[in-house]
Amino acid sequence: MTGAASEPLLQVRNLSKLFPVKGSPFSRTRETVKAVQDASLDVGRGEVVGLVGESGSGKTTLGRSILRLIEPTSGEVRFDGVSITALSARQLRPYRRRMQIVFQDPFGSLNPRFTAERIIGEALDTHRLARNRAERRDLIVDLLEKTGLGAAHLSRYPHEFSGGQRQRIGIARALAVGPDFVLADEPVSALDVSVQAQVLNLLRDLQRELDLAMLMVAHDLGVVEYIADRVIVMYLGRIMEVAPARALYSNPVHPYTQALLEAVPRPDPKARRSRTLLKGEIPSPIHPPSGCVFRTRCPIATTECAEVIPPLEETAPGHLKACIRR
Amino acid sequence: MNEAPPLLSVRNLRTHFVGEEETVCAVDGLSIDIRRGETLALVGESGSGKSVASLSIMRLLDPASGRVAADEIVFEGEDLLAKSEAEMRAIRGNEIAMIFQEPMTSLNPVYTVGEQIAEAVRLHQDASPKVALRRAAEMLDLVGIPEAAKRVHVFPHEMSGGMRQRVMIAMALCCNPKLLIADEPTTALDVTIQAQILELMRTLQQQIGMSILFITHDLGVVAEIADRVVVMYAGRAVEDAPVEAIFEQPRMPYTQGLLRSVPRVDRFADEQEPLYAIPGSIPSPSRLPKGCSFHPRCPHAAEICRRSVPELERVAQDHHVRCVRWREIEAPREVPA
Repeated sequence: MTGAASEPLLQVRNLSKLFPVKGSPFSRTRETVKAVQDASLDVGRGEVVGLVGESGSGKTTLGRSILRLIEPTSGEVRFDGVSITALSARQLRPYRRRMQIVFQDPFGSLNPRFTAERIIGEALDTHRLARNRAERRDLIVDLLEKTGLGAAHLSRYPHEFSGGQRQRIGIARALAVGPDFVLADEPVSALDVSVQAQVLNLLRDLQRELDLAMLMVAHDLGVVEYIADRVIVMYLGRIMEVAPARALYSNPVHPYTQALLEAVPRPDPKARRSRTLLKGEIPSPIHPPSGCVFRTRCPIATTECAEVIPPLEETAPGHLKACIRR
Repeated sequence: MNEAPPLLSVRNLRTHFVGEEETVCAVDGLSIDIRRGETLALVGESGSGKSVASLSIMRLLDPASGRVAADEIVFEGEDLLAKSEAEMRAIRGNEIAMIFQEPMTSLNPVYTVGEQIAEAVRLHQDASPKVALRRAAEMLDLVGIPEAAKRVHVFPHEMSGGMRQRVMIAMALCCNPKLLIADEPTTALDVTIQAQILELMRTLQQQIGMSILFITHDLGVVAEIADRVVVMYAGRAVEDAPVEAIFEQPRMPYTQGLLRSVPRVDRFADEQEPLYAIPGSIPSPSRLPKGCSFHPRCPHAAEICRRSVPELERVAQDHHVRCVRWREIEAPREVPA
């Protein structure tokens, strides 16, 4: 069952997700939102990959399609050497245990009527990971301690916790079943800065300790820089650039990545400068531009950019870009 | 020294929320001056009191629950505390305008954006509907909305978040306010759109010459837009200084910690060094720690910090800090870029 150790744990090939939208009742063609188009990526064992983009880039849809929380329209997801795209719900179950998710909203993602013990315990019960009550409790306490909480928090309800503590419970729940891969979907963006750093450090420490593979979806490029080994940049449903974190931040190749990094405000008043701002706004994903989806806002676009969909090509080892002008 | 009197001067502002069981102090003794043409940033995390402070100044809190008191709130030489509700209404939207974080809920969904801007013009400037609508189109053009003459006829839901925030700015500026209060105006926007809106606010400020009170939690945005900064924590101002001093010589341990805990794109995280994190969490306003509110999370806390609330002390010209130990705490060395 298990793939070769050298093979990436997660392989996504040509994944697309189209959402049908209600068109005019007189129109015959069903229109679709092209949320993700033709996305391919790998996440290695123990590797942290950041998936960044603005609203409407498709980063959340891509993440959830990988876990089959949303069914992809086409494409393939291979996990540990096995294609999980066509598995039935029953066949998928062992993979559900191995692939977990941490959600953005620490308020909406915990059942307000369950105690912390029950929230974490449910994950253990679903996958029958505890042999008896005593073992179950020990496991839960252990998880709470790992995430910086403790046995004193077992019988508390979500409303009794702060935002940061709730996110710790969300992390404990994800880790309860011993996953190999965690999708962290904007795990710190709802938190205050002073608490965000605590949760980021916790995620990084646990990831290293457990040698987890992680795909972290985020809009905050600083957060991703801190935690990711490699970074994938998306725009309007397509992957624009993939690179090792340091290379992406110090030497972005794609004009969209450059503009995105340029737009991030620096906490340094001396760096205040007049910048080349990206003009206009993200086009509709129902009718994305032909060719390169970024061309309508791109400072270096030519007529050719409207004609060909730029393939992801390697510019340096491990550094890919989808741009025919660079 | 700045000789001209400030445009807005607030002394010892205190806002309490009266509940059934307890009374909570949301703002405790805030004093700020906003000078003409400058941008003052009010920075803080959730519960710091930054938004409540601005609503208190504008007298926009429900008097049934929010009790506002101050030694003085003087705008353009006039005491806002002594104004009647009708007089306040004439000032709000005219001389002092506000924009908020969520441009969707701040706009009326059943009127076109042109009608909404024109309404503000008619209310405050006694213009005919036709003149007011023309003014609305001019304003949309000013804030960079393409085809402004046509766009006056669209509804808010037909616009993107960035465009709606431009509409909010157009509406706020249509009466040439002297002060713009902007409460997290770019927080709901993507970074590339945020950069456009910040640039727009800077340009318009220079054209119109207004002052801005900019409320935000984002230190990056502060560095981009502010002239002076007031840092708030748990209802109190804990440090105020010109923007360069806040970032280069922060004296309050809270400010120092906050700056160190922001992951940055322009500096590489050392592979081994964890990101600095302020321990603990923000205290609930109903259970504030005794003494300095920050002491349970402060790496420099000593016995004296638990005893009484520190006063704001002068560190340098225009730079104050609410920390009894600031002289003993080393100012952070500039981190090499």
